Amino acid sequence: MNIVLIFLITIFSISLFFYGKSKTKTISIKDNIKLNALPKFYGYYLVLWCSIPALVFLLVWSLFEPVIIKSIIIETAANQGATFNDKNEANLIYEKIKAIHLGTYFGDIDSILKESALAYAKFINLFTNSKVVLIFGIIIASVVYSLKKIKNNNKARDDVEVILKGLLFVSSLIAILTTLGIIFSLLFESIKFFSVINIFDYLFGTNWSPQRAFVRDASSITVAELEELKDAFGFIPLIAGTSFIAFIAMLVAVPIGLFSGIYMAEYASIKVRRISKPIIEILAGIPTVVYGFFAALTVGPFFRQVGENFGLTVSSESALAAGLIMGIMIIPYVSSLSDDVINSVPQSLRDGSYAVGATKSETIKQVVIPAALPGIIGSVLLAVSRAIGETMIVVMAAGLAANLTINPLESTTTITTQIVMILVGDQEFDSPKTQSAFALGLTLFIATLVLNYIAQRAVKKYREKYD
Amino acid sequence: MTKEERLKKRHRAEKRFRFYGLASILVALLFVVILVQNIFSKGSSAFKKTVITTEIFFDQDLLEIQNGASQEEIMETDFYDVMIENLIKAYPAKDRAEEDELLKLFSGDAEIEIKKAFLKDNNLLGKTITLDLTASDDIDQLHKGNYPRDLPEERRRISDFQLVIYDYFVENKKISKNFNNYFFNNGDSRDPELAGIGGALVGSFYSILICLLLAFPVAVLASIYLEEFAPKNKITDFIEININNLAAVPSIVYGLLALQILLATIQLPRSTPLVAGITLALMTLPRIIIPCRASLKAVPPSIREGALAVGASKFQSVFHHVVPLALPGTLSGTIIGLAQALGETAPLILIGMVAFVVDIPSSPVDPSSSLPVQVYLWSESAERGFVEKTSATIMMLLSFLIVMNFIAVYLRQKFEKRWN
Repeated sequence: MNIVLIFLITIFSISLFFYGKSKTKTISIKDNIKLNALPKFYGYYLVLWCSIPALVFLLVWSLFEPVIIKSIIIETAANQGATFNDKNEANLIYEKIKAIHLGTYFGDIDSILKESALAYAKFINLFTNSKVVLIFGIIIASVVYSLKKIKNNNKARDDVEVILKGLLFVSSLIAILTTLGIIFSLLFESIKFFSVINIFDYLFGTNWSPQRAFVRDASSITVAELEELKDAFGFIPLIAGTSFIAFIAMLVAVPIGLFSGIYMAEYASIKVRRISKPIIEILAGIPTVVYGFFAALTVGPFFRQVGENFGLTVSSESALAAGLIMGIMIIPYVSSLSDDVINSVPQSLRDGSYAVGATKSETIKQVVIPAALPGIIGSVLLAVSRAIGETMIVVMAAGLAANLTINPLESTTTITTQIVMILVGDQEFDSPKTQSAFALGLTLFIATLVLNYIAQRAVKKYREKYD
Repeated sequence: MTKEERLKKRHRAEKRFRFYGLASILVALLFVVILVQNIFSKGSSAFKKTVITTEIFFDQDLLEIQNGASQEEIMETDFYDVMIENLIKAYPAKDRAEEDELLKLFSGDAEIEIKKAFLKDNNLLGKTITLDLTASDDIDQLHKGNYPRDLPEERRRISDFQLVIYDYFVENKKISKNFNNYFFNNGDSRDPELAGIGGALVGSFYSILICLLLAFPVAVLASIYLEEFAPKNKITDFIEININNLAAVPSIVYGLLALQILLATIQLPRSTPLVAGITLALMTLPRIIIPCRASLKAVPPSIREGALAVGASKFQSVFHHVVPLALPGTLSGTIIGLAQALGETAPLILIGMVAFVVDIPSSPVDPSSSLPVQVYLWSESAERGFVEKTSATIMMLLSFLIVMNFIAVYLRQKFEKRWN
């Protein structure tokens, strides 16, 4: 149906374009008046008025129609005498009703379902009909309005441009809408989570075992269960594991990245730079799932083998393997940014240092790096925020159990791993376990936001200093 | 310390420092080589599959159809008995137990393969043909040399007797390697020898297509607005900060967004390329806007002023002159953004693309997998055969990324004007 409507709107718009163009032309010739814009702009004007309101309406309608129909149908089913205890069962009944309507349901159909399916068909019909009527109403109204404007010889080019500018502005608003969407979707579930679990129990608890929260509905938790749950959602082991793996990653990425950046900025010939820089940047372009596979199947077992030779017990999902590979992934983030930052240190500083007899490395160590330090710190912070938000490597190569450990040979878990583990497969909405994933997401979002903010400020301040 | 000694020491330090820099670059390069080499050595064998050449006699008594039966009749006919009768003749087995072990050397699709051969030429009743039947995963891995046969029997998946049959096959040249069409055409399967990336390829294609259709126009329009039209005020500042922050938000957060808004609120179908495409579009949008704005910014003001001077409106100057000039940079930024989206896994896992999907999706609203998710799924499987399948999938994924990046670089170098 929607496709037919969109097709009709398109056809209608195109014919209006030619109508507007020729109509204004004939008016201008017949009445010998000077048009305020080229005839084609009158065509565009009609097209915009014909299509945009109708399409926006169609989009909004399509977004809300299923949700509204669903709530109506579940209510009618309840009035018919259907019983369901929670949202999941209600959804199941709704799916059944839908399947009966489409003729794809092969189970037993009782009278309640039958009646509801009839009601469903009725509502679908009603909604579709009113949608079509409303859309045609909107098109007629907007076309009548715009035709009237054209007859009055409006400044069509300016008007078209105002509308298009509005369109451009709306496109740029999508970024804000995405941010709002993220914040609301995270906050919404997190608030529900924190209404069950005390926020301090979450922030300072030292035990993370969400599988204990196998309760179907948050609203039906008894006091005893709540006591039980209180220490199931402790955030400390996760932040410890995350920081620990990120720390190992930075131990790899910072020296290698920084030295590569310095070498490329200060020593390398143009030719070496032109070849090696893109190759190092390949490391940032490889999908993280590939690193995860490599860490889990090659590096992890390799470390275990080496450990066995030295008589050490190395977990095959060690923090070391995940951290090392993550560090390698992050090298280009550090090297590229520090390369840029070092390049923008003014040559005069170096020349001054050479003039008093310093060698190149002394100049770099004592003049260039101190001058570039805020920028370098900024790039390292950006790399840290990448590391704590990285998911696939740790999901595949780090462990699942939340151990509080500082032994890199043991397995630990991270925030992102736990989000994936909780949400993968079938989830029951409204259980504290599912909601805890959103609380973790919120924490992660805030942490990366703060890190990025500081990093960007540092880089910006530094840039201003030398620009 | 004399002056000369000090100088020598300083020069040594200089050399050391330089060496550290070079060594770091080499370490990074070395890792690229190791990674690629590791994946290729593991994965290249997956493009071939092991087949066992078997004689098949279509016994009319076992098949309840006539010569010249219609397609539907053949489809409904049970070929199981024909398969069993013929396969057990592949090696002179002594008893039922041995026959069972023999049958396990063939893939689970042997019956379908025989039926397909019959469908191609339905005058085969009472005749014998030779067919290359796909071998089971264990034999496949053994034949490719990925499976150690010197382990004690209880630690092997292949019994001693099956090894005897295998050696017999090798001796009589009944076993060989063919191009693995299943790997490209099939959907996912629990049996490694039948599993393919067909479904994942189609799923990835739909997701990236939807991502492109949504993200590219919006990103271009938004960057045109911000770069060319936006007044300098608090709202545009806020939008700018937002875009920069969004580009740095971890991808898994977009998965949570999609889960809550697209799946729970709007109730789009789970596990589908449609949802994946929208999620990836939201994630890619800021990553495209940033290079788009950079390439718009690179167009010198003289172009705009020239257009304005001959009476073009602001809009005409932008759309007729600035945008075409910025297009190569815009396109290459978009392609790089899409390449990142193609390799993205975490948000897709959260929207349920990890479901086990056997069928190849026929539209963007069918449940499906995608290439990186398929890598994740198979890497969790215990079977040895999936290791090479995973590596081969990574090879496919990487080659797509290389092609995309190559196109991006080419576009930029070939068409982008340098302004001096």
